[in-house]
Amino acid sequence: MKKKRLFGRGAMFVLCLVFAVLFLLPTVLTITNSFMSEAEIKSNYGMIFSTTTGGYVSKTVNLKFIPDKVTLSQYITGLIKSPDYLLKLWNSILLVVPIVIFQVAVASVAAYSFTRWRGRIRSGIFFFYVILMLMPYQVTLVSNYLVSEWLGLLNKPWAIILPGIFAPFSVFLLTKFMRRIPYSLIEAAKVDGAGEWEIFTKICLPQCRSALYSIAILVFIDYWNMVEQPLILLQDMDKQPLSVFLSSVNAGEIGLAFAMATVYMIPSLLLFLHGEEYLVEGIANSGSVKG
Amino acid sequence: MDRRKEKQKIKRRDFLTSLCFLSPSLLGVGLFFILPFGVVVYYSMIDGVTSKNFVFLDNFKRLFQNSAFKMAAGNTLKFSAMAVPLAVVLAIVLALMLECRIPGKSQFRTFFLSPMMVPVASVVLIWQVLFNYNGTVNEFIMLFGAQRVDWLQSEHSMVVVLLLFLWKNLGYNMILFMAGLANIPKELLEVADVEGASELYKFFAIKLRYLSPTVLFVTILSLINSFKVFREVYLLTGDYPYESLYMLQHFMNNTFRSLDYQKLSAAAVVMAIVMVVLIALLFKVEDWFGKDVEG
Repeated sequence: MKKKRLFGRGAMFVLCLVFAVLFLLPTVLTITNSFMSEAEIKSNYGMIFSTTTGGYVSKTVNLKFIPDKVTLSQYITGLIKSPDYLLKLWNSILLVVPIVIFQVAVASVAAYSFTRWRGRIRSGIFFFYVILMLMPYQVTLVSNYLVSEWLGLLNKPWAIILPGIFAPFSVFLLTKFMRRIPYSLIEAAKVDGAGEWEIFTKICLPQCRSALYSIAILVFIDYWNMVEQPLILLQDMDKQPLSVFLSSVNAGEIGLAFAMATVYMIPSLLLFLHGEEYLVEGIANSGSVKG
Repeated sequence: MDRRKEKQKIKRRDFLTSLCFLSPSLLGVGLFFILPFGVVVYYSMIDGVTSKNFVFLDNFKRLFQNSAFKMAAGNTLKFSAMAVPLAVVLAIVLALMLECRIPGKSQFRTFFLSPMMVPVASVVLIWQVLFNYNGTVNEFIMLFGAQRVDWLQSEHSMVVVLLLFLWKNLGYNMILFMAGLANIPKELLEVADVEGASELYKFFAIKLRYLSPTVLFVTILSLINSFKVFREVYLLTGDYPYESLYMLQHFMNNTFRSLDYQKLSAAAVVMAIVMVVLIALLFKVEDWFGKDVEG
């Protein structure tokens, strides 16, 4: 019996290992490939991203982990020499950072309201937020487009930022976190004569600091990865964030694209390494639509 | 009498304060989501933004006769029908695997979750290298003497996108299931152990029952995410993908380009109705399935 258990666990471990390799492979390959020179990239993948310029092109694809010669030349080109990518990266930051900050701010006030007072109207509104949260882009984007058109925001970053700030996702998640704050804490503060704003800023917010962090991470990765909104709401190519622009690289710049793809994943990977526990906590708490 | 008045006053004041706190969000949601959606519903029932004649369901009829819409809706549904069950089942498998006592558990969790943090745009290059006609996957299967497949330009293209979708989404779902598994009362599983229940029995009779709210949530989430798979398709293949990858969002994008508000609005309304119906249906199923489990 015991032997069988041990064998089972061994098999499980191997299976986990296989999955782990599959899950890590694309990310690791992208990173290692970003350290190759353009010539090496071309000789490895020339078959796929056909370039008309000459040079040696191997007949078969040559997917390699380790570059023949590690070079930072792609990064130097992307970050210093050619402003194109840097500009798109800047666009991404300009779009995502305000959304994260203000979505969490607006949501925390709203979540406080949903936590502190309940009634038929408010739970109705809350349910409505949940439904709205579950709507796909195909529904909300048409609405966003119409408003942007009325307000003259089309083709401006505001067309993405404003709806992003009011997206109901963090309201939903934060309410679930806040409802776990012991009611006695709030009651005690009230007896001591604290006003609602004081209770909110002095008791509620410090209590859910980790929740705010985890929600900020979730919102950040969601918008860092956005494609649909900028495609429809921003027409100019030079206003697009890097998440859209990366897909339109020229065949001759594949190596550069690898480097910029790596640069683009750095902020979210850093957040992940730093806040994985919070992130897991945040995800785990998003785990039920009811209650 | 006085006390009652006092109470009512407090109640009214509370309501107003709560409204104050809620108002920034409510105003924003109203302006950017609810109000325009009302207009979308209105647009879906008139014949033009300038002429404004009520035609009720004509736009919907036109939409359902539109071949591009039919193809897009069909492909999206087909993709969802494949992706959602796989995203749920494989995530349960991963969560159960990590429940076993194996070394390096937390590292594995990190590894499985990491794709979630990687922007799709960053890995599509590797995906292209892997699944190109001259790509690595084809080289690999040719080693075994199989015919190579034009992954991105054939019926197989959906498989490629499916893999990318699962790669990206399984980690999140897994975390949800791990949280669900952690909530199962330990005593129950211990009793089952003492009674000599098999692992399989324990899974189906106990764990799955307790997981049913999580299954519901992950299903809804995966359904929504599967509607978003346009992103992966667009980054992999651009504006004009192989036919079987033409998704609803492609249809919407193209309709945006021609600014056919009536068609757009009708499509948005149809999508909203379908989503609400599907979610309500899933709630019903979960209610029925998890009814004898409290919690």
